[in-house]
Amino acid sequence: MSAARLRVARAFGPPVEGVALLSEEGFSPRYDLDRWSGVITKAGHKLEGRSIKDKVCFFPTAKGGIAAGWAFFDLQWKKLAPKAFIFGVTNPVMVQGAIFAGITLTDGWTPHPREVLQTGDWVRVDPLGMWIEVLRRAG
Amino acid sequence: MELSPEERALLGGARGAAARRALEYQVKVGEFWGAKRFVPVTNVHMMGDIEVMGDGGLEWLKDTAALGARCAVGTTTNARCIDFAHCTRLGQDAGEVAKERELIACLRRMDVVTTDTCINYQTVYQPHLGEHVAWGDTGTVIYANSVFGARSNFESGPAALAAALTGRTPEYGFHLDEHRRGAFSVELRARLDDLADWGAVGKLVGEPHQSYFSVPVFHGFHRTPAADELKHLGAALASYGSMGMFHFVGATPEAPTLETALGGRAPAERLVVTDADLERVYAGFGRGDGDARLVVFSGPQQSLFEMKQLAALFDGRRVNAGSDCFVTTNGAVLAQSRALGYARVLEDAGVTILEGVCFYILQNLSSMRAANGWTNLVSNSAKIVNIIGAHRFNTILRRTRECVDIACTGVLR
Repeated sequence: MSAARLRVARAFGPPVEGVALLSEEGFSPRYDLDRWSGVITKAGHKLEGRSIKDKVCFFPTAKGGIAAGWAFFDLQWKKLAPKAFIFGVTNPVMVQGAIFAGITLTDGWTPHPREVLQTGDWVRVDPLGMWIEVLRRAG
Repeated sequence: MELSPEERALLGGARGAAARRALEYQVKVGEFWGAKRFVPVTNVHMMGDIEVMGDGGLEWLKDTAALGARCAVGTTTNARCIDFAHCTRLGQDAGEVAKERELIACLRRMDVVTTDTCINYQTVYQPHLGEHVAWGDTGTVIYANSVFGARSNFESGPAALAAALTGRTPEYGFHLDEHRRGAFSVELRARLDDLADWGAVGKLVGEPHQSYFSVPVFHGFHRTPAADELKHLGAALASYGSMGMFHFVGATPEAPTLETALGGRAPAERLVVTDADLERVYAGFGRGDGDARLVVFSGPQQSLFEMKQLAALFDGRRVNAGSDCFVTTNGAVLAQSRALGYARVLEDAGVTILEGVCFYILQNLSSMRAANGWTNLVSNSAKIVNIIGAHRFNTILRRTRECVDIACTGVLR
C-alpha cells in the first residue's frame, strides 16, 4: 500500500468517518441486501453475511435498479444505513437515493481502494475535498 | 444550474411547499451530475409501494401530500407489492396491506394515476422520438430510450415524484446526445426463438459491462425483433448491466445503421452472441436441491401476447399438485385476457394470476419462501432470476415451454 488517500470524481453529503467495508462485487439494495437487517444476504455475494450498517461501503459498480431511491431512505429511517457509499462507477438511482436520504456518496476513484486500504480500516470521507483518507489501520 | 424565471419562482414557493422542496432536491441531483439546466418532461412513471418505501417513505409521502402536492404532468405508478385479492392466501402481513392501501390513497390525492404496471410502455404511454420523460423502473427506462428514442434517466421513486411535482428533470445522462451513442457492438448470430433467449443475451452482454452509460449496439440479427423480445432484452440489460439504453440496428430509431448508432466512432469492443453462448447461459444455472415447485412468469409483467402464448401452452394441462405457478400482469392486460379467454385457461390449469404486482416486489417474499419451503425459483425471465437473490432463492432460467412443463410435472430438466 503506497498511499493512504484516494481521490474521488464526484461527491455528495457531509464528511463522515467509519470502518471501511470493501467489496469486489457491485451492489443493489434490492438484489443483495436484506433491508430489514442491513445484512447482505444474496447467496454468493462477495460480502454475503456482512452488515453495511454504519460502514463506509466501497462497491466497484451499482447494480440494477430503481429501488435504491426509497430503500436508502428506509435504511436511514430504520437506523441501518451505512455512513457512506463509495462507488467506482455509480448510476443515477444510487445518487438520487443517497441525496434523498442524506447519505454521503462518491463516484469514481483513483487509485483503486484495494491499493490504499482494506476492510476494517478506519477512514474519513471528505466530499468537499473530494478525497478519502485512512486514519487508522485495522487490527 | 441555470434556472429559468419559472424555476426561480418555484424555489420561491410559487407553486407551494411540496413543489419547492422537490425542486431543491432536483437541483442537488443535477449538480452532482453536472447538469446545466432542467428540461421539461411530459410524462412521469414512478415506483412507490410499501415494500420498498417502508414506514419512513410512507410518512414522507403523507407529509408531502399534506403540503398540497399535485402532479404537474401525467404520472403513473409502477408495479406494487400487494395484490389485494390474493394477499391473504399469500400470507402477506395485514398491517402492511393496510399501509399499501393508505399509500395508494395518498398518491391518488396527488393526482397520480395508479396503473401499477412495469409495462407502461406497452399499455399506457408511448413517448415519441426525442420526448423527455422521467421514468422508473429500469425496464421502462431502457425501453423508452432505446425503442421509442425518448429520453429518460433511471428515475427512482423520490426523483420521479419530484419530476411529477415540478414538471421537469435535470438535464444529464440520456437527456444529452453525448451519452446516447453506442459504445460497443454485439453481433447476434443466435436464433433467439424464445423470450428467455433475449433475456439471456441481456445477461451475456450486461454482466461483464456493468455501467449505466455503456450503450451496446446490436446488429446482424436475421429478422425484425418483436416488442416483447426487446422488452426482455432491455429488462435484462438494465438488470445485469445497470444499462439505460441500447441500439438495435434496423429496429430502434437512432440506429438506422451500425455506424450511425456508434456516432461515427469505432466500437470499443466487438462481441458475437451465438446459440452455443446461450446454451452456456442456461447450463450455468445450478439446479440447487432439485426442487421444482415454484415457476414464475413475471419481471416484467406479462403482455397480452405473452398471456396468449401461456394460455396456449397450459391449455388442457394442470399445474403439478404441490407446485405453485404465478403469472403477473397489469389490470388492463388482465381485463383483456379475461375477455379473450386466456385468463380462464390459465386459471383452469391452476395458475395463479396476480394483478398489478411483480413477483420479486411482493411484500413478505422471504417469509413466503420459507413458509412454502421453496428453494428454487424457475422462470423464463432473466431479470427476475437475477434480481430476487436477496430473498435467497436459487434461481433457474429456462425457456417458456420448459417452464410450463416444469410447472405441470414438478420435475426440473
